[in-house]
Amino acid sequence: MSVLEVKNLYKVFGPNAGRVFGLLQKGLDKQDIHARTGCTIGINDASFTIEKGEIFVVMGLSGSGKSTVLRCLNRIIDSTRGKVLIHGDDITGMSHEKLLRLRRAKVSMVFQHFALLPHRSVIGNTEYGLEISGVGREERQKRARDALKLVGLDGYENSMPDELSGGMKQRVGLARALANDAEILLMDEAFSALDPLIRAQMQDELLELQARMHKTIVFITHDLDEALKLGDRIAIMRDGAIVQIGTPEDILSNPADEYVSTFVQNIDRTKVITANKIMRSAPTITMPREGPQVAIRRMEKYDVSTIYVTDSERRLKGLVTIDDAIKCAEEGKKDLQSCINEDVFVTRTETLISDLISTALMTKYPIAVLNEDNHLVGIVSRSAILAEVKRESDAEHKPMLLKENPVVQVNVPSAAEKEENANG
Amino acid sequence: MVELPIGKSFENIINWMTDNFDTFFDIVGAVISGVLFVFKSSLVMVYPPVMIAILVGLAWWIAGRNVAIFSLIGFTLVALMGFWEVTMETLALVITSVAIALITGFPVGVWASQSNAVEKIVRPILDFMQTLPAFVYLIPAVLFFQLGEVPGVIATLIFSLPPVVRFTNLGIRQVPEEIKEAAQAFGSTTRQMLVKAELPVAMPTIMAGVNQTIMLALSMVVIAGMIGAGGLGNEVLKGITQLNIGLGFESGISIVILAIYLDRVTQALGARKKNK
Repeated sequence: MSVLEVKNLYKVFGPNAGRVFGLLQKGLDKQDIHARTGCTIGINDASFTIEKGEIFVVMGLSGSGKSTVLRCLNRIIDSTRGKVLIHGDDITGMSHEKLLRLRRAKVSMVFQHFALLPHRSVIGNTEYGLEISGVGREERQKRARDALKLVGLDGYENSMPDELSGGMKQRVGLARALANDAEILLMDEAFSALDPLIRAQMQDELLELQARMHKTIVFITHDLDEALKLGDRIAIMRDGAIVQIGTPEDILSNPADEYVSTFVQNIDRTKVITANKIMRSAPTITMPREGPQVAIRRMEKYDVSTIYVTDSERRLKGLVTIDDAIKCAEEGKKDLQSCINEDVFVTRTETLISDLISTALMTKYPIAVLNEDNHLVGIVSRSAILAEVKRESDAEHKPMLLKENPVVQVNVPSAAEKEENANG
Repeated sequence: MVELPIGKSFENIINWMTDNFDTFFDIVGAVISGVLFVFKSSLVMVYPPVMIAILVGLAWWIAGRNVAIFSLIGFTLVALMGFWEVTMETLALVITSVAIALITGFPVGVWASQSNAVEKIVRPILDFMQTLPAFVYLIPAVLFFQLGEVPGVIATLIFSLPPVVRFTNLGIRQVPEEIKEAAQAFGSTTRQMLVKAELPVAMPTIMAGVNQTIMLALSMVVIAGMIGAGGLGNEVLKGITQLNIGLGFESGISIVILAIYLDRVTQALGARKKNK
């Protein structure tokens, strides 16, 4: 069963929310409905399912309803219609006591501006959730210390929030959310208030933490780069509705509509697409079973001038060019050992294309791609990388020949104008 | 031209209350004068140099050295002018009124912060209490409680109660939305949210309200001298009626010294909470 499921969720702000639904069915949009009824549609028919251990990013501009959706997941905001199921339990109709228990044990939250209590020390803030659930002093302090250690704040237990930098404050916010060991983490623009460098660092640390803790995370952001970096899946919201849900790949490759494509058009594809997405399978030859003759025949067959050499377990040994193989054969050698060229660049399946560009420009041979067991899984040719870079530059403002572009004119001031400027 | 008999009606209501709530006013009066007696006798009873030492020590502990030096000089001056006993009487009046103001005003402020309806009702009442000229309610106060200290405390209470209500309400309402959400998101009950998040965050603002209440109480206590509340107000009144410039000036100085002392110490109290 999925951890979190949202079914046809609506939130209408304003009086008499009921009459809005009729208008929605008639196909009126958010602005028209606001003009007619004074009601604002916060969420318009949102549905999604989040699996255990997933980072689900909800992305949208301000006013798109992303924060409202998040607040409906722990009912800080009550939805108008629809269901929110946590482990199959509908929380929208839950009693107050059950809701408190849910918030204390299962769902915790991290806020954009940290929302630390200024009168409490770091540890006092971290243990807040445990304290109000009635956990004894000793145990909650221990658990708070553990949480602080996780976020790298051991030693700061007794500092006050106003003595900390933004990044450290948000670590406290994160520690507070981790302290009660909730399995669902709601993060509301958690890194948006931080400096770019700190922000990138916090993103990396969140991914590291997640690799260890396997929480189910709902992460709200307005920043597509952040969404692409963190999200296992991304939901894009606009005017309260979810326009597209998909993996970062999906969103970039097949934007559902114009709105999404304007969003993603400025994204550097080379910073999202990884080596395994553009690699192709490589003809290989196995050592020591196969010798120079086989290598020559195989290169002829595949019409290539280099072939990769692996051992019987597909571990890469190097490559052999057609010239070397012929020389080897003429010298009557039975194995390829002497003619192996080890000047091969290797990379991992998950390497970003942007990290391959400089290597691609200097190497003669395609870059070999290895999986985590060091097995050769494919090669990335220079042309494949350049094709991706080219696609990127096509999407942006591509330089064009001067004669092909009648609009741009290079202004050369006339002699008279020059004189005028000099006098003026 | 038709004249609305509003003044007459008010008079009738007051007269009716005097006749029918006699016992109630007696009880209230007895309680107030009891509390006042305790404060006054304990303040006056202590040998003045000892009391000055206590006050200076308190100032040092809460507000630091400068305020302590000021209060040492100030209170010694008051004692040397021969106003020690009346100053302590005034202090007792202030403490009594402020204590009652806090006990009643703070819960009202909290209540108003939790409910817009309550706030809407409370606000005009507070405006009324603060702007109605003091003499207007001094008269009914005297009718209810006779001349003396009790109507003085009541009048002071009416005048000085609004700031603590207003600032408590304001302070809680100004707690950042995110902090309230955070308290809520971790499963606080309404009560836990109030006690563990809202009140502590609002405390500096609430303390500013307490400071205002004390200052207003002190200024009202002087006027209350006119209806027999005693203390420094009485000395000022004597100065006015006897055209005794020296007496008026000396008692005025004593009031200022007491005012500065109370202001600095309570302000420092608020700031201390903030830094902690």
